[in-house]
Amino acid sequence: MLKDKDRIFQNLYNDSGADLGSAKLRNDWSGTKDILEKGREWIINEVKASELRGRGGAGFPTGLKWSFAPKEVGSRPHYLVINADESEPGTCKDRDILRFEPHKLIEGCLIASYAVNAHKCYIYIRGEYFNEGQKLQTAIDEAYKNNLIGKNALNSGWDLDIYIHYGAGAYICGEETALLESLEGKKGQPRLKPPFPALIGLYGCPTIINNVETVAAVPSILRRGAKWFSSLGRPKNTGTKIYCISGNVNNPCNVEEEMGIPLKELIETHAGGVVGGWDNLKAVIPGGSSMPMLPKEICDNIKMDFDACVENKTGLGTAGIVVINNDQDIIKCMARIARFYKHESCGQCTPCREGSGWMWRMLERMAAGEATPDEVDMLFDVTKQIEGHTICAFGEGSSWPVQGLIRHFKDEILERNKFDPVVKKQKNIPYLVDQHLLEKENA
Amino acid sequence: MSIKKIHKEQPETFEFNKKSMEAANKIVSNYPDGRQQSAVMALLYIAQRQHDNWIPLKAMKYIAKFLDMPYIKVYEVATFYSMYNLSPVGKYFFQVCTTTPCMLRGAYDLVKVCKKKISKKENELSEDGKISWMEVECLGACVNAPMMQVNEDYYEDLNDKKLEEIIDTIYQNKIPKPGSYTGRINAEPVDNRKTLLGNKNA
Repeated sequence: MLKDKDRIFQNLYNDSGADLGSAKLRNDWSGTKDILEKGREWIINEVKASELRGRGGAGFPTGLKWSFAPKEVGSRPHYLVINADESEPGTCKDRDILRFEPHKLIEGCLIASYAVNAHKCYIYIRGEYFNEGQKLQTAIDEAYKNNLIGKNALNSGWDLDIYIHYGAGAYICGEETALLESLEGKKGQPRLKPPFPALIGLYGCPTIINNVETVAAVPSILRRGAKWFSSLGRPKNTGTKIYCISGNVNNPCNVEEEMGIPLKELIETHAGGVVGGWDNLKAVIPGGSSMPMLPKEICDNIKMDFDACVENKTGLGTAGIVVINNDQDIIKCMARIARFYKHESCGQCTPCREGSGWMWRMLERMAAGEATPDEVDMLFDVTKQIEGHTICAFGEGSSWPVQGLIRHFKDEILERNKFDPVVKKQKNIPYLVDQHLLEKENA
Repeated sequence: MSIKKIHKEQPETFEFNKKSMEAANKIVSNYPDGRQQSAVMALLYIAQRQHDNWIPLKAMKYIAKFLDMPYIKVYEVATFYSMYNLSPVGKYFFQVCTTTPCMLRGAYDLVKVCKKKISKKENELSEDGKISWMEVECLGACVNAPMMQVNEDYYEDLNDKKLEEIIDTIYQNKIPKPGSYTGRINAEPVDNRKTLLGNKNA
């Protein structure tokens, strides 16, 4: 188990308050000016050396992302955008950062905006987190008052304005280009890439987009050194991460742990174990609903970091762990996730708009035992037609969980769906066959 | 699933009142010159709060004029995002999350209670016209499942009995306390906390 002193988010459970005074006691805003004075190059190199990877799901190296921003500000201003549109089922880590550690986020914004030459920072919070946004606004006002941000922040000569922008309940706006569209006051439909936002982003200007947890971790990394951060976890998968453990566990909770902690240890130690004991475990979704599920055999040994998850054909994603035990109907669970994706598809690309509905309807029938055995392969084929044929990663996100289900629980689906498609026996099912052919022999 | 049907009876006029106007001007000033369109989402939300929790067509036209953008663009935004209600909802608007993490912990029990105590169908007003309810997708508090949102507040760690109590309290014109209903603090593991104990006891 990670030692308490190595935890970045000391106030995850709000033991000591989120105001500036308490935040300073937790070492926030100490030596921030010194960090800025070491210069852009140093900050970016240090973040690179720490091997911090984005915590929003894709796991892109943060230092590398920052280095994509143009070195000099041209005719267009640079922007920093913080993605707090946390809507992935199973994930609720950013909410606690917004509520209880807002000053870590604001300090991170200052450092990140300095590193990427941005004077304006927008924090895009999902609309449902209204109260969390208000708490963050209070913290921002506090920071302005104490000259931590604003004109000549911390007397470092750097100006930074931070604004909050509320979303209005669209999952797709967590995708970075959809988020930019939404920020510009349009429908949240993703843009084609390239051009990447680092060159052409918000209002056509260079824009760096980071997740809340990533940015909030940066000040601690720079204060304690990249070496400290990279000593946790293993190479390429360093540092700590907030895991959200929900579903059929005895004590669902958010907890910050080292990267690469075994899944079993995580669930048994912090979440009080699976309801009905470890042997009652059916499957685990390791990284928010868009990542394929893992059956118990893999859960016994898997370590929770980016690369170990990829080796097992899934992904760490946002580390929203959803535990499903044997009391649940696994097909029904996935059908509900498919319904989520059908509801949230933005409607821009046909494979996703239509396919997400197909997957939902087929899974609902499979849950009810009304499908034919060969429809299982057809469903798998549908997922393959969606994956990779859409503008954004929503296509993958909606088809991977279904693929995970079929990969690991195909037998169970087949067992339930024994509906016989043979035409001659089932003449009274009009949609299965062209009726006029029934009359002809050998048809 | 969201209330995207335009209401038949529309008001004749719509204008921001003084409070809304101040808020709107403040938000427009957050964005660079000439980019006032960015404020459309916030302005729709302000209009919704001012107008009993739903947005009439007149308000969209008003906002289009206010931000100097085509009406259809405002209409597009209002119909795309699920948090804008285009038809009236109850004064207390229950949104019950039923996505998988909540479902695993019994969200459909909450739906049953809503059907019994509020209205048989989603988006219908209760008998006294105060409450309406609907199923929504993940609200981002999965660790505290099952949960729901009433207007802007989250009610977490619920079960059917507790939800009945909440509804009864609202029928008595009182607002129940938001937050967890098992008495736990935020997202910490109940009775099983092993981390940051130094802070807790400090």
